[in-house]
Amino acid sequence: MLKYSLKRAISLIPSFFIITMLVYVISSIAGGSPLEMILQDPFISAEEVARKSAELGLDKPVLIQYFNWLGELLKGNLGVSYRTYVPVAKMISEAVGPTLILTMTSTLLALLFAIPLGLMAGYKPYSAWDYVSSALSYIGASMPNFFAALLLIFVVSLKLNWLPTSGMYDSFGEQSFRELVRHIILPAVVLSIQQVGSLIRQTRAGMVEVLQSEYIRTARAQGIREKRILVQYALRNALAPIITILGMQLPFIVGGAVVTEQIFSWPGLGSMMVRAIGARDYPVIMGITVFIAVAVFIGNFIIDLLFGIINPRVRY
Amino acid sequence: MNEKANINKHNSYYDDVLRKFKQHRLAMFGLIFLVIEIILVFALPAILQLDAFRSVGDFNGPPSLTYPFGTDSVGRDLFARVLMGGRVSITVGLGSACVSLLIGVPLGLLAGYFRGSVEMVIMRLADSLMSFPSMVLILALSAALGPSITILTIILGFLGWPEIARLLFANVISIKEKEYVESALAIGTTTPVILSKYIIPNGISPILISFTFRTAAAIIQESSLSFLGLGVPPPTPSWGNIMFEAQSITVLSERPWVWLPSGALLLLTVLSVNFVGDGLRDALDPKTTIADKGHKIK
Repeated sequence: MLKYSLKRAISLIPSFFIITMLVYVISSIAGGSPLEMILQDPFISAEEVARKSAELGLDKPVLIQYFNWLGELLKGNLGVSYRTYVPVAKMISEAVGPTLILTMTSTLLALLFAIPLGLMAGYKPYSAWDYVSSALSYIGASMPNFFAALLLIFVVSLKLNWLPTSGMYDSFGEQSFRELVRHIILPAVVLSIQQVGSLIRQTRAGMVEVLQSEYIRTARAQGIREKRILVQYALRNALAPIITILGMQLPFIVGGAVVTEQIFSWPGLGSMMVRAIGARDYPVIMGITVFIAVAVFIGNFIIDLLFGIINPRVRY
Repeated sequence: MNEKANINKHNSYYDDVLRKFKQHRLAMFGLIFLVIEIILVFALPAILQLDAFRSVGDFNGPPSLTYPFGTDSVGRDLFARVLMGGRVSITVGLGSACVSLLIGVPLGLLAGYFRGSVEMVIMRLADSLMSFPSMVLILALSAALGPSITILTIILGFLGWPEIARLLFANVISIKEKEYVESALAIGTTTPVILSKYIIPNGISPILISFTFRTAAAIIQESSLSFLGLGVPPPTPSWGNIMFEAQSITVLSERPWVWLPSGALLLLTVLSVNFVGDGLRDALDPKTTIADKGHKIK
């Protein structure tokens, strides 16, 4: 297991460099060296900046600059926002929480809704269940989430007045859990629509495959009651790929809620990104991108490890 | 005599594919819808002399006989804009899927055929790219490169190549291990001939299928970007940026004609493309036969 972990860790190093280099290149295209963006601190005197620039080598070749930038990154220095003069790292740390709350809630909702449906559909293919879940899965996969958001806001908030239209809490209301729930329902539902589509499909396929396997046939031949077969054998094995599925959701969980956050004015990374782009606030744009890249990267690593723990066949 | 003629009839794989596709009702609906939509979107504005850019003076007007979808805040005919927007959205969708093909197919082929370090480099690149949340990367890239339809198409296409390359890679590997390729290699057939005669014809089905799904994804991505105001630059309409105005609560609640048609068309179009993709996937899969419809192994 230790050997497996080490091997995985080592193989991830090239990917790490590829990703950070990609971000570095994008950053440079945007104008200026990313290293410059980090040094843009308006509270530092000009001499300090000059000294630091020479020290970090803004006039040195690109590769050296890249490593200096990487070094600063690993120290937690992501630069300072052009617009608000707040350190980017601080801005990100304030926005991560809301984003995670939103995306994880939506994934939870999606799982709660899609798994039972998918299992039923797999158990009884071509039945009414199956058609309904097929329809839902198609719609989920094809619905642009901003349209779903608009529709839901239109119906639920504006016409029925049941739920608030934006924000995480009301501006002047209490910041209680109840308020959070009221505000999170709509955006979480919108986000889960996308995920439900593919989750239903995969669960259904998994269930169908499991039900055709020999041990199920044997169990039935042995006369074990159908209910017991379902619960004890089929369910467990059909759900095993769920971890894979969750793993694939990781990039989304960390940074995929951009449009939804914007529509609902949800104070997370996504809406911060959109604001930053509108304001051409490059340190923030690049800071968020790097942060998400590294977060996804680490997340994938953890999931690989979990995989190795659960499924010994994967270890090499 | 008649029986002999019938036996020779539905013989080829492609005949089967065509028949299975035609039996897939959703796919046929999707195909017909798309064809009609494309014809309307490209022909109607010219036929009806519609202008999507000129202000007709009636701001925020509700649907009427002359302007079936009403007018927007600048006074432009929304019906015209929706049609023209359709052109843009569909073109960007298809175009970026083509770009993804252009990049992904050669890379997937190379990785699958030559294996070794070529495979490692290409697949590593693909995995790194795929592990990124696409929206964030698209946003960062378009912020760096500036908005324009061409650049947008290229960016979206660039984000789509790993998916295609991966599929093709897996496909090429499995074909390469087949016996007819082994024997071709044994008698000394050159690489280009093997590629063109065995590998590529078998690789076409996954390419076609992933092309459709990439188109669907690209349409959604472009419209999301444009909705945020970061995609197709105004005044060029696209279904997404027509809905941009709906970010204001007033427009959202009091002028549904602004965003409903575009949104509905987006949904229907993407659904249709997905239906066609599913139909293709079922039709091209040699494991499903027509008689088996009741007991399909999915």
